Amino acid sequence: MKFPEDCLFSKQHEWVKVNGDTATVGITDYAQKELGDVVFVELPKVGDTFETNEPFGNVESVKAVSEVFCPVAGEVLEVNQELVNTPEWVNTDPYGDDWFIKLKVTNPEELKELFNSQEYEEYVAEESAE
Amino acid sequence: MTPHSAYARFAFSLCFASEVIFSSMNSISPLKKTKLNQVHKQLGAKMAEFGGWEMPIEYSGIIHEHLAVRNSAGLFDISHMGEIIIRGPESLGFLQKVTCNDVSRLKDGQVQYSALLFPNGTFVDDILVHRLSPDDYFVCVNASNTDRDFKWICEQNHFDAEVQDASDQYTQLAIQGPQAGKILQKLVNIDLTLIKYYWFQRGKVNGVESIISRTGYTGEDGFEIYFSPEFSKQIWTHLLERGTAEGLLPVGLGARNTLRLEAKMALYGHEISEEVAPWEADLAWIVKMEKGEFIGRTALLQLQQRGIDKQLVGFEMEGKGIARDGYPVLIDGHSVGRVTSGGPAPYLRKNLGLAYVPITHARVGTPLDIQIRSNPVRARIVETPFYKRKK
Repeated sequence: MKFPEDCLFSKQHEWVKVNGDTATVGITDYAQKELGDVVFVELPKVGDTFETNEPFGNVESVKAVSEVFCPVAGEVLEVNQELVNTPEWVNTDPYGDDWFIKLKVTNPEELKELFNSQEYEEYVAEESAE
Repeated sequence: MTPHSAYARFAFSLCFASEVIFSSMNSISPLKKTKLNQVHKQLGAKMAEFGGWEMPIEYSGIIHEHLAVRNSAGLFDISHMGEIIIRGPESLGFLQKVTCNDVSRLKDGQVQYSALLFPNGTFVDDILVHRLSPDDYFVCVNASNTDRDFKWICEQNHFDAEVQDASDQYTQLAIQGPQAGKILQKLVNIDLTLIKYYWFQRGKVNGVESIISRTGYTGEDGFEIYFSPEFSKQIWTHLLERGTAEGLLPVGLGARNTLRLEAKMALYGHEISEEVAPWEADLAWIVKMEKGEFIGRTALLQLQQRGIDKQLVGFEMEGKGIARDGYPVLIDGHSVGRVTSGGPAPYLRKNLGLAYVPITHARVGTPLDIQIRSNPVRARIVETPFYKRKK
């Protein structure tokens, strides 16, 4: 399972890549494995704003629907329309093509609350063991 | 990312957060395990609760497994299913009373899809009745209903018949798909081509005495085999090995559900329950009113005379969205019921569902809306079964 070092991670299994005050958000390799075959992705509109941990979309596998949460508060700058058309990317390229949205981060201080790669790996190990 | 709570209540399994699965169970008793539990885990299966059992949900991915069954073959551990033996001089008379299909039409070695009904005509469960001999029958029932069915059958038994819950005495495997017969034939001592659809024979699978039945729950040709649990690992492993060349894959309950949905086969607790009668569930063909008195007959007769209000239909999503179990069904903006089973159909590559709708709106071609989260999404009633194999 991959835990890229250039990402930050949320407890709800979203990843964040930060570039200045822009955050790209997707769901992690662990999340896609747990979900199984992803067949549908529902994304917000550009300009929508979300609070930290507010659901911003849905991802559906063959058998389940899961909400996707905003790891940091912000305004949606861009959504990955190609992902909507090819939801299987969530399974095949969890840290590349599978990005969901790009956000303008409201408060960059909040990013410090997120896990780094090593912390997230430990967190996943604990969750898997339960 | 967390499972959608509204859906989690209806989903038969949700692998993401184990606490969701276990907290949704009514009882705190430990999950039952089939003899193949460890084998599934070694194969890397995702396990989850179903009907009180810890069962494999998927191994290599639901879509992959689903397509394997449609295109070659899949092997399922369905040992969670219950087996009830009914035998004795009056076993036929008793079965005629407690089931709605006509058991007298069965010959030795024949299988019948049927149901146990309540006096009000709704479902206790759907079942398969196998006739071993004129006074010896083998009834296969749903896992989650085994105890309840057994109790129900015993309570109705005012006949000279012996009723035995034999669920612990059988491992049940299903091998399904166009290549299933070819693969199974390598391990059995009988000619499988002589077994017709919905018939069975006793034979040896890998040297082990078994009941080999040409039945299934996938819409494909295939077999269900019953044998003593001590041979579970041996037979499972041999079947998988001997089927490699044909593309046999282990298949979990995830694909079992999508396969049966495409074939529009009913699932207890979804399409059939104590809320609906066979007339409404599109299962009139398993009710034989002319056979004489049986439990539920009087109520069914009344319902027949009065006419049904609702009927099970199949629909296809036209708008973008996936109907899921429990989602509201709208006609002209008004909620008329809920989706009983819904989801993506991996082979047909459509989003399908089943639902009860008012009889006035049950015709093929009728538009419906499915309430998906906050949005109504367009669907249309279509012919069922959605999928029918080429003969």
